[in-house]
Amino acid sequence: MTSATTSQPALRAPRRLGDRVFSIAATTSGVIILVVLASVAIFLVSKSVPALVATDKEVTDVGMSFWGNIGPLVFGTIWAAALALLFAVPFAIAIALFISHYAPRRIAQGLGYAIDLLAAIPSVVYGLWGIMVLAPAVQPIYVWLVDNVGWFPLFAGPVSGTGRTVLTVAVVLAVMILPIITALSREIFLQTPRLHEEAALALGATKWEMIKMAVLPFGRPGIISATMLGLGRALGETMAVAMVLSPAVIVSFALLQSQNPTTIAANIALNFPEAHDLGVNVLIATGLVLFIITLIVNSLARFIVNRRKAFSGAN
Amino acid sequence: MSKRIEVKDLNVYYGKFKAVEDVSLTIEPRTVTAFIGPSGCGKSTFLRTLNRMHEVIPGARVEGEVMIDGKNLYDADVDPVMVRRQVGMVFQRPNPFPTMSIADNVLAGVKLNNAKISKSDAEHLVEKSLKGANLWKEVKDRLNLPGSGLSGGQQQRLCIARAIAVSPEVILMDEPCSALDPISTLAIEDLIEELKAKYTIVIVTHNMQQASRVSDKTAFFNIAGTGEPGKLIEFDDTTTIFENPHVQATEDYISGRFG
Ligand SMILES: Nc1ncnc2c1ncn2[C@@H]1O[C@H](COP(=O)(O)OP(=O)(O)OP(=O)(O)O)[C@@H](O)[C@H]1O
Ligand SMILES: [Mg+2]
Repeated sequence: MTSATTSQPALRAPRRLGDRVFSIAATTSGVIILVVLASVAIFLVSKSVPALVATDKEVTDVGMSFWGNIGPLVFGTIWAAALALLFAVPFAIAIALFISHYAPRRIAQGLGYAIDLLAAIPSVVYGLWGIMVLAPAVQPIYVWLVDNVGWFPLFAGPVSGTGRTVLTVAVVLAVMILPIITALSREIFLQTPRLHEEAALALGATKWEMIKMAVLPFGRPGIISATMLGLGRALGETMAVAMVLSPAVIVSFALLQSQNPTTIAANIALNFPEAHDLGVNVLIATGLVLFIITLIVNSLARFIVNRRKAFSGAN
Repeated sequence: MSKRIEVKDLNVYYGKFKAVEDVSLTIEPRTVTAFIGPSGCGKSTFLRTLNRMHEVIPGARVEGEVMIDGKNLYDADVDPVMVRRQVGMVFQRPNPFPTMSIADNVLAGVKLNNAKISKSDAEHLVEKSLKGANLWKEVKDRLNLPGSGLSGGQQQRLCIARAIAVSPEVILMDEPCSALDPISTLAIEDLIEELKAKYTIVIVTHNMQQASRVSDKTAFFNIAGTGEPGKLIEFDDTTTIFENPHVQATEDYISGRFG
């Protein structure tokens, strides 16, 4: 290095130690992440192949088929996660806005801490809460729904006697992902430039109009990223779903019946202990599908954020 | 469409700190009034009391009266939101909404009034406001691109277009040219000259030439020392203030012998 700089001093700016350390550290971490990701992908693919190409006879021997199960499992995974997002996102945005723009500072801080704490609770606890508290509590509501609005396909009977349905799971998942979405959205909302908030107010915006005009559009990419993180967690959640749901391999939109579609992650957790030979491959192949779903969802989010990049407020 | 502003015995506070003390002045309709004075003397603070933007800062409050056409802005039954729809504001740093197109920026205030505005009316208003802000020629081919893609001077004129689109009675400008080059500055000064025909304009500036070029009346604010409140020292015709001020402090300030 020294000889290079002395022989052609005018051509190269001297490289400072700090810059070099940082650039090497950054590059290394980037490479490590890619390597880990690639090795997971390779593992999944190589272990999945036997399940994908299994003959009918092999499938009947082990009693577990990839192609027979994957459709309902994908459906259940996406259905439960989508319902969870549907409940969680509006609440999360409302709470985040309350903390960032409405609550007095003291209350806002306390609430912020409480939300962050919620994010640290392990999912087993949420699962237990779902079984022991939520399911019995909502069961009478489910009965009422089926009796009164049962004509609506989502609420079709017969009603589950335990309350442990996909709707209950979705609520548990929503509660689980609420903190992370709230915490991230709150940070984004707090970063809205004061200049833009004042621009809206000076035009005669009410507080809510100011939020619609300045805060939410500015926070949109952040809200989408936060939602994707929550969705990732909901898609991959194992324990809470496995504990609450009595699973079946079906495709059904009914929210309140005792037969419910299960999710990929929960299905793996429930069946892995007894799985052997090809069964293990089948489960891993479903894991690969989950991996792909998550990738697609994230690319979609990237795409949505980038499409309106010019309007993002980043420039 | 323009109105007289009468300020009586106004004190302005940030929490316990009194930033501006005992200001009384009258601003006539269809005039340009310039506020000058050293940094920290409360020009921005005072300006923001004229459209009740002061109170959006936590702990900020005002004592005294600001009458616009005989009605006190600070009466209990006055909604600050309605005040701000009548008294528009242009900020020191251009602040078009980055998430909106140029056209939507112009319409932002109009859409607030809940008025369902038809497409052709909207297009007409965008054109009229942008022409009013001398920006139409430069942006007419890219109305749907983001406002943040314009140059600083264009952004500031976009902000002026946004302010005049709602047809306010008064336009407040806080150092609107301080981030701009001389040519953009001249463009905005010409614009102020034109806007004067329809609006009452109050402008804060650190640029003495600008004050003497654009304003009819000038108010000189000063501050006795740090932690002291700013006060209105002299308020008179701009020519008097710059050629023949009555107070020694004013003369010192405009001749550069201040501090
Ligand atoms: N948000 C705020 N909170 C507390 N004090 C403030 C706030 N904004 C301004 N002040 C104080 O009020 C006083 C007047 O400030 P102001 O911004 O009105 O001055 P100014 O005359 O506009 O100065 P400049 O020419 O630098 O813009 C200063 O002492 C300032 O520190
Ligand atoms: Mg100022």
